[in-house]
Amino acid sequence: MQKYTLGIDVGSVSTNLVLLDEKKHLIKKLYLKTAGNPIETIKKGLGILHEELGDVDIFAVGTTGSGRQLASILVGADIVKNEITTHAAAALSYYPNTQTILEIGGQDSKIIVIRNKTVVDFAMNTVCAAGTGSFLDRQAQRLGIPINKFGEIALKSHNPTRIAGRCAVFAESDMIHKQQMGHSIEDILKGLCEALVRNYFSNVAKGKEIRPLILFQGGVAANTGIKKAFEEQLEQSVTIPENYDVMGAIGAAILAFNHIVSRQKATRFLGMDIAAQNYKVKSFECKGCPNNCEIIQLFSDNKLKARWGDRCGKWSSTIAV
Amino acid sequence: MFWKDVDILKITFPHMGNIYIPLKTIFENLGLEVIPPPFCTRRTLELGVAYSPEFACLPLKINIGNFIEALEKGANTIIMAGGIGPCRFGYYGEVQREILKDLGFNFEMIILEPPQGHFFELLNKVKCISNKKNNSVKDIVRAIRLAWKKALLLDQLDMESFKTRPIEITRGQTDKVYNWLLQQINDIRHEDNIDNFKTKIIKAFSNIRISDKATIKVGIVGEIYTVLEPFVNLNIEKQLGELGVEVSRNIYITDWVRENLLPAFLKPKDHTKMLQLAQPFINCFIGGHGQESVAQIVNFSKKGFDGVIHLLPFTCMPEIVAKSAIPRVSQQYCIPVMTVILDEHSAETGFRTRLEAFTDMICHNKEVNDFAKVHSRN
Repeated sequence: MQKYTLGIDVGSVSTNLVLLDEKKHLIKKLYLKTAGNPIETIKKGLGILHEELGDVDIFAVGTTGSGRQLASILVGADIVKNEITTHAAAALSYYPNTQTILEIGGQDSKIIVIRNKTVVDFAMNTVCAAGTGSFLDRQAQRLGIPINKFGEIALKSHNPTRIAGRCAVFAESDMIHKQQMGHSIEDILKGLCEALVRNYFSNVAKGKEIRPLILFQGGVAANTGIKKAFEEQLEQSVTIPENYDVMGAIGAAILAFNHIVSRQKATRFLGMDIAAQNYKVKSFECKGCPNNCEIIQLFSDNKLKARWGDRCGKWSSTIAV
Repeated sequence: MFWKDVDILKITFPHMGNIYIPLKTIFENLGLEVIPPPFCTRRTLELGVAYSPEFACLPLKINIGNFIEALEKGANTIIMAGGIGPCRFGYYGEVQREILKDLGFNFEMIILEPPQGHFFELLNKVKCISNKKNNSVKDIVRAIRLAWKKALLLDQLDMESFKTRPIEITRGQTDKVYNWLLQQINDIRHEDNIDNFKTKIIKAFSNIRISDKATIKVGIVGEIYTVLEPFVNLNIEKQLGELGVEVSRNIYITDWVRENLLPAFLKPKDHTKMLQLAQPFINCFIGGHGQESVAQIVNFSKKGFDGVIHLLPFTCMPEIVAKSAIPRVSQQYCIPVMTVILDEHSAETGFRTRLEAFTDMICHNKEVNDFAKVHSRN
């Protein structure tokens, strides 16, 4: 029977699931909106996989993304890895000569510098989310443009306006100003793409040496306007991998696969039927000290499975995760 | 005058890591009542944020929170450090005094200005105020000596915990021993009990079961308050320890006291020499610890550390200057450096992601290098 490796990337905006075969080829990918409910989304994703592929033999499971701990508890993951490591692993498996990865997701943007197939440096946006997916989403919504048409429309512009990209709030008010002045939507969108890329270079990628091959990953890579702006400002071509939107999940799967192979262990995967189980999250505020930590408790069929959220470890340490 | 209206002086000061222990020791030994602020919690932060200017950096806000909570508990005299140079911190004491007065608190604030021996000025001040107990010079010296020895123990305690935490077999063991010893150091009353405490610390830590797991070494540099206060840096030392990292700081309590509170002639001589390491990147004092940060990155690289994490509060000017020099320092000295900006909003998940990614990167690079070394020998 064919064995599969499962990779799950729980991000702020999307939750992605991938299945790889034994040769680490992508068999199936799912890109679902997290919509503020990661548990339901993971369950839904597993349900879809189960429905389409039937009972499959899962060899290894890896989770990543900001919801990686939660996903790991839910499905029983073999490895839980941060996004930087997984994105690099996925990129290198498709393009071994990669030297730079530009990654823009829903809430954060990062640059990963790779030399000789190893990550040597990286940076993530620190205090500002301007230029990330959620911001573009919001602007598209405000202008009444479907997000998947954003790039296409921006590319039609011949005379982009200049928009302040320093800060999401300034960018928005600048856009409104330009719009009221009578600039065309194309020019405003192109201007916004340029501003965001400028912000990326002066903020995230500051001081990093960008060498080819340059990959552009993450949900925002779907936006051709941003890609074009990157290429114009870098004066180099930028490659978008075929599965740009699920690279994190692919990386998690690859790392999980390698982990199980090298340790020769059995997977900790809890089985596809977790999709059918009833999960509930209850939270309460601990009054033990003025920190008032919010303790989150995960129940599966009314049995307490995990607790987290406390600073002191009073609650989380009472139950094994 | 304020002091004439109150019978008993109840002293408080801002939190910065474990510095409350030596400070408490000094004032208590001078016969003064001390009310340290409750440990920093979310309430401290919320109070601070509510009453501080939005664009001030996090230390000012946490200080305000500390002061309010201590005044609520009955403190009436605040001791605050001053400062010089381009860092705004030098003005924080004054600003805080005005904010607290506007809030209607009744208190006195003593601001210690570095660098030239203002410590004695403070003691004189304190001496004048506390005429109920007349402290002789001998008393004062004794109080300072006890506090100083405690500070040295606290630094030793930190360093021991850095070594043990990444390799402890049962997670949390180091923290338990650490907290137990911390309490004991806090409780020491006489200097006689201090001298054998060093061995006690070593012994207590050697009782923790450890593995022979390989660790990586990461240095922590940056703005002093964010480096020393675990509430602000989200327990970075503990988090890194749990990730299997042996950490080291560029600054300890005793260093800060030496540089800021002691008269010039007692200052460490190697400090100036260390600062020269910042050349040619930053050649002069730029306020705060900006120059130190760069110098210490070089220092850590020379000591064979695997990486450095640079901490600063959002809007910290000196460290922003340092930050812009860091890519070149990092390249020239072949040491990876990650800058983390801390603010009231620092989301713990994002912070953890960066720490994990950084340690992953270092571990992986080490593996690759070791692999290459083995193969080039054959």
